[in-house]
Amino acid sequence: MAGLGIPVLLSGCGGELSVLAPAGPNAQASAWLWWGMFGWFTAVLVVVVALWLFALKRTPGNAPDAHIRKGQSRWIIWGGLVLPVSTIAVVLAFGLPAGQGMLPQEAADAKVLKIEVTAHQWWWEVNYPDSDISLKNEVHIPAGKPVDLHLTSADVIHSFWVPRLGGKLDAIPGHTNILRLHADEAGTYRGQCAEFCGREHAHMAFTVTAHDASGYQQWTEQEGRDE
Amino acid sequence: MSERIQQRNHEREQRLAHVWGNLPGWGALAAVNHTTVGLRFIATGLVFFLVGGLLAMLIRTQLALPEQDIIESALYNQLFTMHGTVMMFLFAIPVLEGLAMYLIPKMIGTRDLVFPRLSALGYFCYLFGGLIVLSSLVLEVAPDAGWFMYTPLSSATYSPGPGSDFWLLGITFVEISAISAGVELVVSILRTRANGMSLNRMPIFCWYILAMALMIVFGFPPLILGSVLLELERAAGFVFFATAGGGDPLLWQHLFWLFGHPEVYIIFLPAAGIVSTLIPVFARHPLVGYRWIVLSIITMGFISFGLWVHHMFTVGIPHLAQAFFSVASMLVAIPTGIQIFAWLATLWYGKVVFRLPMLWILGFLVVFVCGGLTGVMLALAPFNWQVHDTHFVVAHMHYVLVGGMLFPLVAGLYYWLPHVSGRMPSDSLGRWGFWLFFGGFNLTFLLMHLTGLLGMPRRIYTYEAGLGWEWLNLVSSIGGFIMAIGVAVVIVDIVLHFRFGQRAEQNPWGADTLEWAIPMPVNTYNFSSLPEISTRHPMWNAPELVESIAAGEHGLADVQALRRDIYGSDATTGKVREVVHLPTNSWLPLMTALALAVLCISLLVKAYLLAVVFTVMALVLSLRWSWENGAHPRAAPTDDNEPGAPPLHSRTCNGPGLWGMVVSLMADGTFFVSLLFGWFYLWTAAPEWTLPDHSPIQLVPMIFSGLLLTAAVGVFWVLVRGLRRRRATHLGPGMWLVAALGAGHWALLAGQLMSAPLAPTERAHDAVLTVILFYLLLHSGLAVIFTLLQAVRVRLGYTAARLPYEPIVIQPFWFYTLGVYWLSLLAFLLLPNAWSVG
Repeated sequence: MAGLGIPVLLSGCGGELSVLAPAGPNAQASAWLWWGMFGWFTAVLVVVVALWLFALKRTPGNAPDAHIRKGQSRWIIWGGLVLPVSTIAVVLAFGLPAGQGMLPQEAADAKVLKIEVTAHQWWWEVNYPDSDISLKNEVHIPAGKPVDLHLTSADVIHSFWVPRLGGKLDAIPGHTNILRLHADEAGTYRGQCAEFCGREHAHMAFTVTAHDASGYQQWTEQEGRDE
Repeated sequence: MSERIQQRNHEREQRLAHVWGNLPGWGALAAVNHTTVGLRFIATGLVFFLVGGLLAMLIRTQLALPEQDIIESALYNQLFTMHGTVMMFLFAIPVLEGLAMYLIPKMIGTRDLVFPRLSALGYFCYLFGGLIVLSSLVLEVAPDAGWFMYTPLSSATYSPGPGSDFWLLGITFVEISAISAGVELVVSILRTRANGMSLNRMPIFCWYILAMALMIVFGFPPLILGSVLLELERAAGFVFFATAGGGDPLLWQHLFWLFGHPEVYIIFLPAAGIVSTLIPVFARHPLVGYRWIVLSIITMGFISFGLWVHHMFTVGIPHLAQAFFSVASMLVAIPTGIQIFAWLATLWYGKVVFRLPMLWILGFLVVFVCGGLTGVMLALAPFNWQVHDTHFVVAHMHYVLVGGMLFPLVAGLYYWLPHVSGRMPSDSLGRWGFWLFFGGFNLTFLLMHLTGLLGMPRRIYTYEAGLGWEWLNLVSSIGGFIMAIGVAVVIVDIVLHFRFGQRAEQNPWGADTLEWAIPMPVNTYNFSSLPEISTRHPMWNAPELVESIAAGEHGLADVQALRRDIYGSDATTGKVREVVHLPTNSWLPLMTALALAVLCISLLVKAYLLAVVFTVMALVLSLRWSWENGAHPRAAPTDDNEPGAPPLHSRTCNGPGLWGMVVSLMADGTFFVSLLFGWFYLWTAAPEWTLPDHSPIQLVPMIFSGLLLTAAVGVFWVLVRGLRRRRATHLGPGMWLVAALGAGHWALLAGQLMSAPLAPTERAHDAVLTVILFYLLLHSGLAVIFTLLQAVRVRLGYTAARLPYEPIVIQPFWFYTLGVYWLSLLAFLLLPNAWSVG
């Protein structure tokens, strides 16, 4: 992992599907989790490997047995118990609240825009139940506020993923999963089916277009007329 | 004088070699010896590894550049499905089982595993199953739904070809071998250790293998159940995973990962066992924290069954459950950390001799720790939602599996090579192989983490340019080919060493464990006499064992009545309890495996009549196999010059057979519990689950049938209680009575199944009921057949007051049958009835 840092810096984290170029609060939180864990875990890896290499080279002295025994349990207790337990505690302390924040909060969400997405082999059917708009492979959302996608599938399992806006969620036949999307700014974001779904899985892409408030209004009226 | 002693010793060893040897020529196919079978497992596994590697090379070729069309998507999907399947099921597990089968008896100071014919059966099932799975690739109908076969993609609707059937049937066939190896290793480790080898004197490797074997016993049944159900859905239209009718595709994912996650540890534990064995040897220092490590192994085994859901963080599991499984998954870091630091401390306080195997151990450390750390990242649900199903996961699992399994395995192969060949591997070629492999591996997979973070999903056969993935994929492909060259160098090194390697001296690495007390290259009976052990490091603390064992100064030095004898010992103290006489070379394992292979093929081509014929044939063959056991004249004739103390195992009440039965029933019980889980899961979670208004099964005949079963088990229990007190009054008639009662029960139950208006193709409820009825019929049917055979054996004198062994082995099977019957009645009939009424 140590070598991973350099190419990341060289290439930048950009890219239309990059988790490391977040464009919304959920994706941003995931990216922060990544950078935090990446930094700390790289340090752990480097230190552990360095200790091993040193242990291979080191000539043991003639310490008394009691001393050695104490040293041995110290390695296990500090390295095997304290290190992982504290790491896990810190990771969870940051990670669990971050995860909670990404999920739809039922009570306060009455007004959140609802969009129904049904996955097919190999395309996405998008419906706006409030305004009778139907789309294929494109989702339009207002920027700056959360939107809930109600995901299901008409055939096999697919997974709806817009990396720059947040994590993925599976579209499963017979089930409806709710994914919260939140784009900070207007723009077009690429998405891709993430669960292997058969022959054309690689080509099951879509776009999410976020509009500013007036742009979204305009788009809804435009689409409503076309229907 | 000493020459005469030498002469006599030589003749004694020749007698041992004669009794323990394989048959010449084609007769080698009848071999049951653990050394032979273990090496066959390893060699076959390595061939499958090369096949899997070749598939990976094709994948990397296709992905090297964007928008290539060297391989089109239909073929690509077969390639990655088969790559995963071959590497996991046909390489990783069998190779490690083979290594364990080869090493365990030698490490615990005995001559063979405790059920030798089962070893051979396991090997042939693995070989034939593997060939059946591979043949699909040749026939261009390979499975293409990914190695975890998610429904509904793998269902008859969306995978109409035979690909998924090849996977489900072939892999289930291979799993027979895993379970039989699991049962055999557990019983061997617990019941046939050298005299005095108490649990805390057991080499650490045996602890790892014991845990692995138990995990196989509990881990594989859910997948076998899942495969059976999915095949029933595909072939007969039963409803289990289809939403319409009350199934749920997520049930498959639960069953698969209930197996799939423990499987990762089933692969990791033996490899970690190799690390724990080699490090003390090369550090010239006993393993630091033996007790800590044993505790970590046990903890790992338990925790690994509680984290399967972390493979399913994106399916919409309730949030609290996700948090729970996040925490549970991370907890694995603790036992892993303990082992890493115990190894570090061993090196720290030892004086390290750096030889070739240590290079691979070092590679293991770097790669595995990296994979473990990305594992902790993936366990965190909010991060997992981003990188799940991307190349980040591909990179992670290769770090864990190649780091956690392949690096230690190669270290182990180099380390134990002299044991097999009597020659040392070359240092220089070996180093080239390592650095090519290590460099190529990291080039391929280190950058792949970034590819995933930049958004490349897994399992896509091509990608467009301009997403920042081009150079990453090109480097990964180049790295992949460098890694392949590394593999080639290692193979060349190993092949050449058989001819050009320097002759190895006794115990060439200065090891502490007992397998190095055997003369090299290895013979068929391992130990010329069976030593008593009083230390955890026999070769360090009692090196004179090499001479005294060879001189025949310890137990069972000479062959008696042409029997293959080993000691059976107490599970905790290791004190000798009995002489276990093992079966000799036999064609029955091969024939049984062939019958099962034809059964498997006839199911594939949907020739069901043929399938029934060969099911019966396999059953007859295995009963024939069980016939020559115990006191049968060809197993151990009852004559007057039997050893009094310790007695022959077939004259005792608590022999390895009973242990084997109980461990097998643990696997069977896990199968049943998984079915119960499936039932309650569908009931509570399937979107369209319905209970019928009236149960299709009538309760009164079921209860009556259950009472007959209870009576049968009761009589059997009384008979066995008598036998334990060495009384056999009315034993023969008693057996007939039990069989008759059992047959009555069976007939009533079968009548219910025939007459009930079950609609398994329309309702998941009925489909599960049908399966459970067949399951119960199978069990009571087998129990009746076993009992009938006992009745005949009583008449022939193979079962008698002083020969109580076999009914005692069968008794737990009857108890189990009784238990699952009433439990099933409760869970599958009474509970739904109560529900409908309520």
